[in-house]
Amino acid sequence: MSEAGTRVSRRRLFGLAGAGAALAGAGVAGGMAADRVVPAASTTDTAANAVPFHGANQAGIVTPAQDRLHFVSFDVTTTSRNDLVDLLREWTRAAERMAAGQEATEHGAVGGPAEAPPEDTGEALGLPASSLTLTVGFGPSLFDQRFGLADRRPPALIDLPAFAKDALDPARCGGDLCVQACANDPQVAVHAIRNLARIGFGAVTVRWSQLGFGRTSTTSRSQSTPRNLFGFKDGTNNIKAEDTDALRQHVWVQPGDGPDWMTGGSYLVARRIRMHIETWDRTRLSEQEEIIGRQKGSGAAHGQAGEFDPVDLHVHGEGGKPLIADDAHIRLASAESLGGVRILRRGYNFVDGSDGLGHLDAGLFFIAFNRDPRSQFVPMQQALAEKDAMMEYIQHTGSAIYACPPGVRPGGFWGDTLFH
Amino acid sequence: MSAPSSALRAAVVAAIGVGSLAGLSACGGKEASTAGAGAITVEASDDACKLSATSAPAGNVTFDVTNKGTKVTEFYLYGQADKVIGEVENIGPGLSRKLTVQVPAAGKYTTACKPGMTGDGIRGDFTVTGGAGGANQSNQRLDQAVQSYRQYLVAQTGALVQQTSGFVAAVKAGNAEQAKVLYAPARQPYERIEPVAEKFEDLDGAIDARESDVKQGEQFSGFHRLEKDLWTTGLRPDSGAVADKLLADVQELDRQVKTFDLTPVDLPNGAKELLDEVATKKVTGEEETFSHTDLWDFRANVDGSKAALDPLRAVVRERDAALLSTVDERFAAVDKLLDQYKVGDGYRGYTELSQDQVKQLSSAVDALSEPLSKVSGVVAQP
Repeated sequence: MSEAGTRVSRRRLFGLAGAGAALAGAGVAGGMAADRVVPAASTTDTAANAVPFHGANQAGIVTPAQDRLHFVSFDVTTTSRNDLVDLLREWTRAAERMAAGQEATEHGAVGGPAEAPPEDTGEALGLPASSLTLTVGFGPSLFDQRFGLADRRPPALIDLPAFAKDALDPARCGGDLCVQACANDPQVAVHAIRNLARIGFGAVTVRWSQLGFGRTSTTSRSQSTPRNLFGFKDGTNNIKAEDTDALRQHVWVQPGDGPDWMTGGSYLVARRIRMHIETWDRTRLSEQEEIIGRQKGSGAAHGQAGEFDPVDLHVHGEGGKPLIADDAHIRLASAESLGGVRILRRGYNFVDGSDGLGHLDAGLFFIAFNRDPRSQFVPMQQALAEKDAMMEYIQHTGSAIYACPPGVRPGGFWGDTLFH
Repeated sequence: MSAPSSALRAAVVAAIGVGSLAGLSACGGKEASTAGAGAITVEASDDACKLSATSAPAGNVTFDVTNKGTKVTEFYLYGQADKVIGEVENIGPGLSRKLTVQVPAAGKYTTACKPGMTGDGIRGDFTVTGGAGGANQSNQRLDQAVQSYRQYLVAQTGALVQQTSGFVAAVKAGNAEQAKVLYAPARQPYERIEPVAEKFEDLDGAIDARESDVKQGEQFSGFHRLEKDLWTTGLRPDSGAVADKLLADVQELDRQVKTFDLTPVDLPNGAKELLDEVATKKVTGEEETFSHTDLWDFRANVDGSKAALDPLRAVVRERDAALLSTVDERFAAVDKLLDQYKVGDGYRGYTELSQDQVKQLSSAVDALSEPLSKVSGVVAQP
């Protein structure tokens, strides 16, 4: 699907494709259409916008980044390994259903007895799958003595070191489990997390959660590059779904990397990055561009003409000064500066209300997937925390790391390779 | 998101049933027939109440009432013992109004037009067919459960009167120290039956309103007013009068509870609502703002929740044994946590708990409430 030469948005095209599917399906659906709670048209593109749940890798990593995020971190409260496994099974069944655009459970919001609380919370009734993906991860704390997993903790699942200028709030850090819900409709993402949390009562408790309203990365060449709250295109140089070699090298855990159960998985690092957008907005355009290393309008790196022209860190300008400054964000984060290291970014913009001092509590909820954080995320973040000119405008307020197991086969469950 | 609702499918089936019934009665040629899909018309005059049909299938029943008389009238649908199922009042001469009532249970009902809006009105029999009706009305075990819970309610309001008397006596004697000791225990019987007590809206307001609940222009009274006096301001000139009123109100509650109408599903709902109370008022520490005796209330809410479930144990065990054992395990987990904060016969002040300890309590209550909320569906199974 090409966007060139047309003003019709992808979203619009999806809508039209959905309508076609609706007409085709009408004959089959006719029998029960009369008593639908919702208008038929809004449910029929359910299948069209569904991302397959099963596969060798979990969805929600190289899936083209959806517009919306609800991310949640859980603490496990049960001490029973069986209860934990049962929960993961039950979650997987609900996740399969919701990813397909169905309600979380069979009887749903209105199909059960009137005297019982509805099984599904109901706010997604009538909404299509909206490309919902649900991605699970296991935090370092899960591998303590409680569930007999201590000897299965991958060495790559480190406790993240302290980075310079960290301002971490313990209430936004860590957790035994995480679920990343991404969708093109915020209501669908929230519905998914809410229903999983509900299923989890008694076995897990929500530790923290984060909403993101706009993607800040592209993970596929089919997507255009979005902007973060600094107003800059973000993720231009990201690893894309089409870069299968790069994915193998930088994202997917390979056989022999560590314990077998993680093969096909990836390590997720989440950082809640508060942006001081008010002071940023008072900064000269030229300084903003210098800090990033790119032009704000086109997204082209300094010294280049187009957004996707390869970055050249060695171009010098007047007086022999490097066009991309020594402390520019893209220089410090570049594979060239980091000995070839790359990560897959999948972050989201957030605004969590205001801070009581007249400022928006805004920023970027950074999510990265990498094959081994010890050689990828950690050195990158160390370089950025120490030298990045951007650090003057940001603060890392939350932090977590999780091992995301490989994808689920039909009939399997989240983390079955770990618990077998 | 796309699964068709079985309830709605049931409604469609019911509608088909209606059609065939209507056909049959048309053959019979009788005047009073079963309602079709449309509304039942009611012609209300000064001396007659004429319905186009005197029976309807369970579900939503709509009456289209037209006043053809000279007096303002009203129309009622009554259940057993004149329990109001639905009513529409103030229909002036020449006017029409519509009443739609949900009648889930099959059985005998009564309609009434009340010209002049007084008296028993002009009555007629009305029959509702099909639906979930009969079965759950006649379940003896559930009726016994209701009886048994009623005894519990009455025992609690009895204890409430007794304990409140002691508390009130101490307040009136100006013995603040003694009153503070008696305050939290006196409240416990109330907290054990809170969802029922709250049905008596005026009494509940007078007995248990927190200062922030009191509307402008109304007086802050009841337990929490005395709590404030005892812990914050010291007893005031009108504390004795407030205490007298409190005692009179709990005595009135004790009288009214004896005739309170209960159905089997009220029990699990009450059990769940007691935990909702814990989750929204006790865990947050906002119930006992001045005395911080929230854990006493917490204990009483949880006990009351168990007590509402207890009479249903046999039924729930038979229908969903796993659910019952999960609920029991989680009650035990809450008990264990609460026990950590026991001091003598009572509990530590709520403000002494750390944020982590509060979170632990909150999680344990969530863990219990979720399965407990499923009991009502089990009890209502036909």
